[in-house]
Amino acid sequence: MVAQLTQFERRLALIIAGLMALCGLVLAAFGHRDPIGVHGLIILAAAIGTMFVVISGSFADVPDDSHLGRYYDDPIKVGVVLAMGWAVFAMAVGDWVAWLLAYPEMTFDAAWSGFGRLRPMHTTGIIFGFGGNALIATSFHVMQRTSRARMPDQLSPWFVLLGYNLFCILAVTGYPMGITQSKEYAEPEWYADIWLVIVWVVYLALYLRTLARRQEPHIYVANWYYLAFILVVAVLHIVNNLAMPIALASAKSFPIFAGVQDAMTQWWYGHNAVAFFLTAGFLGMMYYYLPTRSGRPIFSYRLSIISFWGITFFYMWAGSHHLHYTALPHWVQTLGMTFSAMLLVPSWASAGNALLTLNGAWHKVRDDATLRFMMVAAVFYGLSTFEGSFMAIRPVNSLSHYTDWTVAHVHAGALGWVALITFGAIYALVPILWKRQGMYSSALVEVHFWLALAGTLVYVFAMWNSGLVQGLMWRTYSASGTLAYSFVESLVAMHPYYIARAVGGLLFLSGAVVGCINIWMTARHAPGTAQDAVRDRPLVILASRSLEPGE
Amino acid sequence: MDLDHEALVAFAKSFGLFYLIALSIGVLIYACWPANRRRFDRAARSVLDDEGGPWR
Repeated sequence: MVAQLTQFERRLALIIAGLMALCGLVLAAFGHRDPIGVHGLIILAAAIGTMFVVISGSFADVPDDSHLGRYYDDPIKVGVVLAMGWAVFAMAVGDWVAWLLAYPEMTFDAAWSGFGRLRPMHTTGIIFGFGGNALIATSFHVMQRTSRARMPDQLSPWFVLLGYNLFCILAVTGYPMGITQSKEYAEPEWYADIWLVIVWVVYLALYLRTLARRQEPHIYVANWYYLAFILVVAVLHIVNNLAMPIALASAKSFPIFAGVQDAMTQWWYGHNAVAFFLTAGFLGMMYYYLPTRSGRPIFSYRLSIISFWGITFFYMWAGSHHLHYTALPHWVQTLGMTFSAMLLVPSWASAGNALLTLNGAWHKVRDDATLRFMMVAAVFYGLSTFEGSFMAIRPVNSLSHYTDWTVAHVHAGALGWVALITFGAIYALVPILWKRQGMYSSALVEVHFWLALAGTLVYVFAMWNSGLVQGLMWRTYSASGTLAYSFVESLVAMHPYYIARAVGGLLFLSGAVVGCINIWMTARHAPGTAQDAVRDRPLVILASRSLEPGE
Repeated sequence: MDLDHEALVAFAKSFGLFYLIALSIGVLIYACWPANRRRFDRAARSVLDDEGGPWR
């Protein structure tokens, strides 16, 4: 990876890693009485490790100009591997907490192993570790291919990818130590948040610089979705994490908002994290990998533009549906509810657009599990956006809120839509990146598909049942006007569903493990493409290279 | 003008409504403008064959 960097980039990488090592040392020294000191040591270790890699790679020859005639795919490969690693880790933690809910005595009487500390490890690991790495890796692929342009430099993609993973590690290692802002999906503390802002600005700049090198006047719609993801997540992250640390050598901070303002800011962030992190970016993935894999252009390009602006306009206002029946002004709740209902239009436009694209290619969906991953993802996208609009309606929310129905909804989206579209995209991408004819084993892709689908269905149906039972038990009155069931009785009724949920999660996790094995074997052992074999012969390289514009 | 809750609510309920409608109309006009059809069709097909290598 260092061999591809120019001399200037190698020096710059050393300077950046040196500065980071200094920051880590300062945090470790001044914060040695605080958990922030441990994070200082982690930053220091990561920076010194990077310096070792850069220095040991610096003796390689500086690359000549021939690499400029190819796309820069090395960071994408690493990003795919990191995404799969995070997937297995975070799904394993998720399944652990699922068993913990069925058998609460499994905490071993330790603080770090309680539900409250393990759960954010699962959510952060999945959303940011798995989802984020998959988004970064695929966006590097999509932006180069749709622009027909190589990334402008070799250093910033590595800075974005590795810097982002450092943020994820700081987040996940902080929770067992008790470091948290107690904000859903925004748990990491102030210093990790500042670091993410720096990484994110470089990411946005890298994306825009690549687009600026494009030949085509029109920017393909997948890029719009990725850009909305990057831009809006930056705004959300900065506003929701405005906080004052109690000391510079302390991990603890307090948000600058208080009371209902803080709650509204948090759920404006929280719902838009779902909208722009877990939807917009993955729609970008769908709008690129579904057409390319099925070999058919998107059914209606116009519809994709209309649904893009619909999603960006409407989602911004939907967050207040998380605060129905609270101190939030009633009209703000109604606003959130209305916009959530309206969201059904652009969401179904995207889901329908994806499914209609497959008209004429349904035989490929039958034969190709990779394309089937994407097709089922589009179906789950349609299902969970319908469910979401429905649950945002205030009277429905009075039944569903605080119950496992919410958990069912989130996982119909996260497993059925986000994870399935990601696996589909990764299976389409891996043979391209490693220049293989296909995946090592299409049978294993098939196995992964059915494990993932079975796991999702078991999980979602268990939680639907559990949530409805819970919600109804909490609102059933006896003839004398008192509650018919105690809270503990509703808890006992959940037990079989919790076991079913944990089994469903285990199926989904085993699918991801099968995927990892298959990707590893593809990278190591699968036969190369014919094109790759041709490249071994110098004469043909000359002939083919003379055809490439810009050389 | 005093920037209290009532003023912000009035602003959100009036301006907010009209600018969203205006944006929606603008997007619909851009997406359906007949001259854009060729550009969109070209973009939709352009992704199907893009592994050849960068143009620069």
